[in-house]
Amino acid sequence: MRELNVEIITEALEELFIDANYELPEWQILALREALRNEESEIGKEVIKSILENAQISKSERIPICQDTGIATVFLEIGQNIHLVGGNLKDAIFEGVRRAYKKGYLRASLCDPLSRRNTGDNTPPVIHEEIVPGEKVRVIALPKGGGSENYSEVRILTPADGVEGIKSFVLEMVERGGPNPCPPITIGIGIGGNLEVAPLLAKKALLVPFGTRNEDPLLSNLEQEILEEVNKLGIGPQGYGGRVTALDVHIRTMPCHIASLPVAVSIQCHAHRVKEKVL
Amino acid sequence: MGERIHIETPLTDEVIQKLKVGDSVYLSGTIYTARDAAHKRLIDLIENGERLPFELSGQVIYYCGPTPTPPGRVTGSCGPTTSSRMDKYTPSLLALGLKGMIGKGKRSKEVKDAILKYRAIYFGALGGAGALLSKCVLSSRVFAFEDLGPEAIYILQIREMPLFVINDIYGGDLYEEGIKKYRID
Repeated sequence: MRELNVEIITEALEELFIDANYELPEWQILALREALRNEESEIGKEVIKSILENAQISKSERIPICQDTGIATVFLEIGQNIHLVGGNLKDAIFEGVRRAYKKGYLRASLCDPLSRRNTGDNTPPVIHEEIVPGEKVRVIALPKGGGSENYSEVRILTPADGVEGIKSFVLEMVERGGPNPCPPITIGIGIGGNLEVAPLLAKKALLVPFGTRNEDPLLSNLEQEILEEVNKLGIGPQGYGGRVTALDVHIRTMPCHIASLPVAVSIQCHAHRVKEKVL
Repeated sequence: MGERIHIETPLTDEVIQKLKVGDSVYLSGTIYTARDAAHKRLIDLIENGERLPFELSGQVIYYCGPTPTPPGRVTGSCGPTTSSRMDKYTPSLLALGLKGMIGKGKRSKEVKDAILKYRAIYFGALGGAGALLSKCVLSSRVFAFEDLGPEAIYILQIREMPLFVINDIYGGDLYEEGIKKYRID
């Protein structure tokens, strides 16, 4: 059995959350360049050019891409043949987030839900752990902005609603958000599971790189159909009107109860920041 | 797109009259940041008949909570947050003379009506471009409500901040006009 000190996980999270906030993934830059080629509106093109310029300034001058440096969302895939040593895993994750937000000059954006008092160090993070085969740990950092999260939702549809019901729910969500979640957006859709699983599927769908289609041809087609429909809405970059409202759509599914059709829509802004590392 | 219009704070009625939906503007001068928590506190002060930390007349509020300023820098990343969360509080501030707001996203009918009534203007800054926008900031310091941390009121000196007019005093709305042009039914 391989031993791994949890301090390594702390260090990885520190690095990943800082890097994520200063540098967009390469595939997101490609997505934005493609959007620039596809956009017809003049103001929309200006917006995408500025977004690309922003990414460049952020990387070269070390200024966070967005002032909303997010709720620190951590995905951990832990190989079952690993023995974690050196301390408590949860404390190690919190410490990684704490260090990243302090050393990286990232904004502490978390507060008590009722008193609204800021927690001061951007903890607690949201942690999703999964035990997988093997003896490695995959760590993914997704600093998720509040602006796009505010336009995400889970709804339990009925089996009779079917694919049409899913499509109209997604379109309703994108239309409701309009300019607010900072389009061009990426849409993660979770279909199936139950009340708590569908949103997690949707969030995990956001981790799929731009342009990567679902392996299931039916779902791959559905991703493309929804993307086309969304881009007919005319919302466009920053909501000023245009062809590119969404850059991509990713779907993740799992079986659900025969009585229900849970669907979650997770909206991500154009500052789609995600970084990962395998330990 | 037309030429950029250069304007300065404080905003006068003469300047506001000239601005129309979709105009591309460079704003310079002094502005104040305020987001959710600061707005709530401003409204509490107004309701209790207490003095506000700054005179609203002719001023511009920027819906923004910047990242911490690293040593040797002027500001951190400082793009706009979603304006609609401030809608509940905005008409009261406009009634006291606030003339401009900078943010991103749609406003409520109540805010749009108040923009007409009090002859104010709503500008959009590019959301998710806090690094780019930080280049227009000449100086930044906490001005009021320091205990609110990132939600404190900062006073910013800005030079040529690139903005678009979203809601003008003639009832126009850039989001509604833009979507009409590109929507395919």
